[in-house]
Amino acid sequence: MSADQTPIVEAHNISKYFGGVIALKDVSMELRRGEVMCLLGDNGAGKSTLIKILSGVYPPDEGEYLVEGKVVHFASPRDALEHGIATVYQDLAMIPLMSITRNFFLGSEPTQGRGLFNRFDIRRADAIVRQELLNMGIDIRDPAQPVGTLSGGERQSVAIARAVYFGAKVLILDEPTSALGVKQAGVVLRYIAQARMRGIAVILITHNPHHAYPIGDRFTILKRGRSLGTFTKAELSRNDMIQMMSGGEELEDLERELREFREQANPRPAEASPQEELSEFGEEWG
Amino acid sequence: MSIEVTAGPSSSDERLLRESLLRRLFRRPELGAVSGAVLVWVLFAILAGDRGFVSLRATANFLEVASELGILAIAVALLMIGGEFDLSIGSIIGGAGMTVAILSVEYQWNIWAAIGMALLFSLVVGAINGFLVVRTRLPSFIITLGSLFIIRGVTIGLTRLITGRTQVGGIKATAGYDSAASVFASAIKITDPASKRGLPAEFPVSILWWLVIAGVATYVLLRTRPGNWIFGIGGDANAARNVGVPVSRMKVILFMVTAMSAWLMGTVQVLSAGGADTLRGEQREFYAIIAVVIGGTLLTGGYGSVIGAVFGALTVGMVQQGIIYTGVDSDWFKVFLGAMLIVAVLVNNYIRKRAAEAK
Repeated sequence: MSADQTPIVEAHNISKYFGGVIALKDVSMELRRGEVMCLLGDNGAGKSTLIKILSGVYPPDEGEYLVEGKVVHFASPRDALEHGIATVYQDLAMIPLMSITRNFFLGSEPTQGRGLFNRFDIRRADAIVRQELLNMGIDIRDPAQPVGTLSGGERQSVAIARAVYFGAKVLILDEPTSALGVKQAGVVLRYIAQARMRGIAVILITHNPHHAYPIGDRFTILKRGRSLGTFTKAELSRNDMIQMMSGGEELEDLERELREFREQANPRPAEASPQEELSEFGEEWG
Repeated sequence: MSIEVTAGPSSSDERLLRESLLRRLFRRPELGAVSGAVLVWVLFAILAGDRGFVSLRATANFLEVASELGILAIAVALLMIGGEFDLSIGSIIGGAGMTVAILSVEYQWNIWAAIGMALLFSLVVGAINGFLVVRTRLPSFIITLGSLFIIRGVTIGLTRLITGRTQVGGIKATAGYDSAASVFASAIKITDPASKRGLPAEFPVSILWWLVIAGVATYVLLRTRPGNWIFGIGGDANAARNVGVPVSRMKVILFMVTAMSAWLMGTVQVLSAGGADTLRGEQREFYAIIAVVIGGTLLTGGYGSVIGAVFGALTVGMVQQGIIYTGVDSDWFKVFLGAMLIVAVLVNNYIRKRAAEAK
């Protein structure tokens, strides 16, 4: 896709154990600049564990983690941030009663003046915030308004814009659309597309195939701590993806079980006999 | 922003503009405090205008009360925006005042040295408060409730041990008193034409301290990085820590600032009264919190203003002095104060809701 063929983030055979529990086993993945990779999987599949390793919350027990071709060992999320890997969590870490600008620059405020007169340059900060959001297609009325007055999608966008502004090369977005309505989710997805156009690599964690499929370039699917593989869009139809995400045959089993319930409730001898059910079962596990 | 709006299709834009201006006003935390102060003044002007409330002397009177409370309230506002409480400031007022008095009177120190020592005492107490809060992660309410009693107890105990009494007088005869008094306890006298006996209105220098500190604190809060951090640590200490704000250090500094404001008030009181009492400053911590809350600061932190606290203190001062002018027994002041606190919180909550949820 881009001229630079070294993946910006690589994970080789990463494993993570919590006591006797295998949270991740031999998971590998890679990510290139200007690419959106969707990390998919059911609850407990290991998505959170993987992104926490990538964002420096804890180290992997086995395997290698490379950033721009070099092996890294992050001690904290700040380490990861210094390597340009920023994570925007679901709870956002935004303070609702503080203004957009104050939230945006908290901890990294631009200043002017020297010594005793070194002060927070609010005018410049406001201008930067307005411009950064405008670049991403969001026209905020007033950067001094409290974050609490923004819609969920706008809030997500501000959090992402903040990460991008402070030099994120890799954005890890944890379920950014899960709590949003259709329209608001659209705002965030459009924003992700903008970030990709700027050459930023994005790892998008989501439950929603309808959000993942249109935006994703590649899809890594986790299941019970293992990777089912990474697929390009060409290799994976939307239906295949939905099938794999929701746990394919488990869903079929569930469907069958529910059918049995219904048949027990109002038996109709003409339909599938117990024998047939059994043979079907046997075939599948055959 | 241009106000020239052409008539016709732009009428909806016009409404939007007006709405956003109104909301911008509602978003100011000090709105309630300013209008409350105006309301209280008008109320007393009506009730007690003919008994001398609307005069230079009465104004100097309530400004003196408001300034002493206001100095505390400004520091307490910063601390409360940062998400913490300090209940020990009343005791620090007593302790700092007594330190000044005992060192200068009993040990014949130059009063400036005694004042310096009292400052050191208050800074150490503030640092210990802050350190304990940060380290133990206990609510600051508990930590400083403890230090409230410890400091008061130590002040009374040591004073009685050293002097055999609980009051120390004779400050005005100590070395360096005149220069110290001009800084902490002088007053500008203005003849009050309304006074029939020709008594002048005395505006104490503490008013100047109050206004200067308010200016500095507002500047720090709204226009510096540490100011932004104060909002951040009060709003969400974890989020602030994650983006690199030195949360623990800021909290310790804020406790030192409230302790320092108590030192200043203790010093002002000792020098203007000419003596110290071990019970000085009692309940001042609550008055300060009331002033701050009337000023629109949120009890849970992350939101508030210094200007609001200034007007909150002004309101409390006006009520405390105004009630005397109305001829009502001043015992009723506390009833009024308590009721005002509750009403102020209700009004401020309503305003804040409008500000944060208006969409």
